This record gives sequence, C-alpha cells and structure tokens, in this order.
Amino acid sequence: MSKISRAIREIQTMEELAQRDQWVNRIHPLVKLFLTVFYIAVVVSFPKYQLTGLLGMMIYPLFLFEMGELSVREALHRLRIVLPLVCVAGIFNPFFDREILICWGSFAISGGVISMVTLMLKGIFTVLATYLLIASTSIESICYAMRLIHIPKVFVTQILLIYRYITVLLKETDRMMQAYALRAPGQKGVHVKAWGSMMGQLLLRSMDRAEELYESMCLRGYHGEFYCGKSVGFLGKDLAFLLIWTAVILIFRLFPVLEYVGSLFV
Amino acid sequence: MHMADALVAPAVAGTMYVCSAAAAAYSIKKVRKEEDPKKIPVMGVMGAFVFAAQMINFTIPGTGASGHLSGGVLLSALLGPYAGFLTMIGVLLVQCLLFADGGLLALGCNIWNMAFYGCFLGALLIWRPMMKKGASRGKIAAASIIGCVLTLQLGSFSVTLETLTSGITELPFGAFVAVMQPIHLAIGLVEGLITAAVLVFVYEARPELLWGVSEEGTSTSRFSFRRTVITLAVLALLVAGGLSLAASAFPDGLEWSMQQVAGTEELETDGAVYDKADEIQSATSLLPDYGFSGSESAAGTSFSGVVGAGVVAAVCVGICWIFRLFRKKSEGKESFLQR
Repeated sequence: MSKISRAIREIQTMEELAQRDQWVNRIHPLVKLFLTVFYIAVVVSFPKYQLTGLLGMMIYPLFLFEMGELSVREALHRLRIVLPLVCVAGIFNPFFDREILICWGSFAISGGVISMVTLMLKGIFTVLATYLLIASTSIESICYAMRLIHIPKVFVTQILLIYRYITVLLKETDRMMQAYALRAPGQKGVHVKAWGSMMGQLLLRSMDRAEELYESMCLRGYHGEFYCGKSVGFLGKDLAFLLIWTAVILIFRLFPVLEYVGSLFV
Repeated sequence: MHMADALVAPAVAGTMYVCSAAAAAYSIKKVRKEEDPKKIPVMGVMGAFVFAAQMINFTIPGTGASGHLSGGVLLSALLGPYAGFLTMIGVLLVQCLLFADGGLLALGCNIWNMAFYGCFLGALLIWRPMMKKGASRGKIAAASIIGCVLTLQLGSFSVTLETLTSGITELPFGAFVAVMQPIHLAIGLVEGLITAAVLVFVYEARPELLWGVSEEGTSTSRFSFRRTVITLAVLALLVAGGLSLAASAFPDGLEWSMQQVAGTEELETDGAVYDKADEIQSATSLLPDYGFSGSESAAGTSFSGVVGAGVVAAVCVGICWIFRLFRKKSEGKESFLQR
C-alpha cells in the first residue's frame, strides 16, 4: 500500500472511531480538549528523574482506552513518528549523565538511563492522550470547541476546509503518482525533470478547485460564516467528568500515590 | 522538524504559544482587512494541497535519497505572508491531531519554527524585496532556495534552543547545534529546489497567482535558473563547511560566553531573594528526593512505586471491565424489553 493510501485509510479509521456511539464520544468536546491539553502539560512537567511519579500518569489513557473500547495497538502505531525523535533527544543522556541513582543489589542504574526512560514515557503518554482526543472527537467537534473559546472563525473555517479537502487532494495525488509510476517503472520517487510540472499541475488544479468551491459555497448561501459541528449542551456529566479527571491528574502529580499503594504490598 | 510534546517544558511551550498566538492574531487582522471572501476557501484548499504535496517523494539526482516540499515559503509566495501563516497553522494542527506529527502542547513551538520563519521572514524579507522589480525564473529560484535554507536554519536553531531550555537533553549546546544545522542545511537546499521548481512552473503557466510580484518586471533574467541553482548550492556547501568547523572549534557557545562575561562557566547565586526562591522551589518541587539517592531505601521506594503502578493498573482495568459488564447487561435488558 502506498504512503498516500495509508494516510487516507488512517484518516478514515479516525473518522469512524470518532463517529462511534460510545460514552467517551458523547462527552462535551471542550471538556475533552481542555483535559487533553491539561494532561499533556502535567505529564511534561515531571522532572527528569521522577520516573515512578510519571508512571502514575498512565491512569488517564489506561482508563479511557478501556472505557472507550479503543485499540492500544492502533494508538501505539502512531508512535512511529514521535518515538524516534524523542529517542534521538534522549539517547545521549546515559552517556553524559552517569551518576548512579538507583542500586538494586549489584544492579546499578544511572541518572541518564532514568531520564531517557522518563522522556520516552512522556512521549508515549502525550501521543496516547492526543490519540484519545481525536479517536473520540471529530475535527468538526474540536473546531466547535475552538469557536466556543472564541478562536476567530477565519482560522477555524480554514481548518475545517483543510480537513475536508485533504482526502480529496490525497486521492488526486495518489492517482497522479500511480499514473506517473506506470509511465516510469522501477523509478523511486519523482524525477528531477518532473518536479515542477508534477506539483505545479496539482497546485493549479487545487487553485481552480478552490474557485469552484467558493462559487458553490456562495450558491448555498455562504456569507463568511461556516457552521462547524452541531451545538452540544454542557451537561452535568460533562462537568463531573472534567472535575473528577482534573482532581485525579492533580492528585497523581502532587502525591506519590503509586508508592503509597505499593508500600501496602511490599 | 516537528517537535513532540515530550521535548518541551510547559513554560517553554506556553511562551512559544504566546509568541505564535500574537503572530496569528496579527495575521487574522491583516486577512480580515483584505476583505476578500475568496481567501478562506483558497487557504483551506491550499492547506490541503501542502498536506498532499508533502506525501510525494522527490528523487534527489545522484543519491538514493528523496526530499519533500516545504510549505511555508511556497504558501507565502502564493497567498502572502499572513494568509500563508494561518494556512500553515491549520496544516500543523491537522498533522498533529491526525498523524501525531508534532504535539498539541508543542504546537506553539512548531508554528514558530516552521510557519513563522517560513512565512514572515521568507515572504517579507526575501521574496518581496527580490520580486519588487518584477519576477524571472532565476529570481524565483534564488528567492525559493535562499528562503527555504535560511528559514530552515532559523527553525532548526530554534528547535535546539527550545529543547535545551526545556532541559530535555544532556547534549551540550555546541554539539547539538553542530548536529542540527548541517542536516537542516541539506534539507533546506532540497526543499528550496523543489519549491523553486513548482514556483517557476506557476510563474510560466499562471504568473498572476504569485504574490508580491511587481507587474513592471520583465521575464528577461540576468541569471538563468540552472546557474542560480548551482551558485547557491556551492555557496551553501561552503557555508556549511565553515559553520561545522566553527562549531567543532567552539564546542559550547553558552559556556564560552559565560566564561567571557562572568569569568566562570556557572553562575553562583546568593542573597535573600535566591534563598527564598530556593525554598519555594524545594517546597513546590514534588518529591524532591524521590528515593533516587542510591541507598537501599531509595531502591525500596522505587520498587514500591513500580509495584504500585502494577496494582493501580490492574485496579483500573478491573473497574473498567466491571463497568462495561454492567453496561452490557443493562443494554441487554433494555433490548429484551423493547422486543
């Protein structure tokens, strides 16, 4: 499967997940947006040696993955982009920070190893949180939440349009690439001679498409206002969800909960 | 160059959000002033175009590698810096949400590193002055290559600064810069060449689509497209060689500067204000020791933490299963009653 076809499939999968009738999907989008940003901010705020403290933050993705009946495997697949970058940043830590911080018998762990693992965990948790948001909330609903917090409609409208036209243009690009590949067998990528004409043609067609899109929008009564998602009321359960999770995240950030629980058994 | 959330500290992310939001607010004001109702649909479709174009691999002649299109300079050459900047933000947000390419918290950093430099500096300081007296193939190629190389250099330098100020990596400043800059010089050069090829094609097919090009210009060029590209490539390689030599000769610029200014590589602080700040820091830094002192008890505390993690995970999964079991039962009852 080509890179473009994979991207189209990924977008469709995310859309299907966001359309499911799960209770996590029915939570107000603004609550989920706020909680995701709050959770990510708290996760990255952990100091580099607080590995056990950071482990406690697994509670949010763990709970919501289970409750939302989402596949962790699919979510981990998204780590293929983030994890190598995070590894590059953290891989040098064991070489530069060699101070021994933990000794379990004859087994010694240096500060660099702990900070590297902490960094990787942060990378995993933050990606899982974003996945949870997008797997339970459609882009339309996220745009609706953005409008609720008064993000200008010029900006929100163009995000919606980008999203709507991504699949269309990806399919067009895929067709063009397929046609090119059939005429240039065994060639990897686009030859330097075709760089300008290949992308230029796609660009001119996209520009023409934008003109047609504008005309059709005008025919349907577009006056600068674009409706993003159906309006959703803020219910008591949304408030409860927000308050409970904010409290849980804060408790796990402020207190060594895992150590308290562990000391009951050890 | 997309930064992940794990690579930034909340304070750095917040600061960059404020900077990017200020640039976005200014851009929105400028786009509104234009009062062009067509602008928003064009921005949306062009954002989707950049997204699709970035999926295409362009073969670099003589190597097995491939390059991708740079969005910022291309968008600002077509839509102008303000609409181009807003479109790039949209692209970065959708990339972050749909493909986990860059983080939600690090979005402010990514906007600054990739959209701000590419759109504002690329368009206002490079593209517009060069197109002031009319466009030509050579000028477009030169502007695209200089724009992409320069803005990518600035972007990658910002990534280094943001990562280091976040305290994420133990890598010294000099070494980090020496790794980042030459890599992004090569990437910028390839991206510049692709952008140049596309913009030259647009110039020849539909020149009216290019932004900031004066109509008084003629198509007769003092530089040919090929000569411009070769000259810039040689220049870039020379600069890259010079930069990497300088980087290895002075491995840590920050420490060197400190040594020159303060006579020491690390600043020591004393006084009531610093003591108070230290106290506040100790009070607010959660679990200051956290059992990582190398003692047996420390190992024990850490072990408790790991055991605790397992127990909490098991309890969470258990609760979820029970909840789902009850829900399925109640759903089953409802459907039975409906029948």
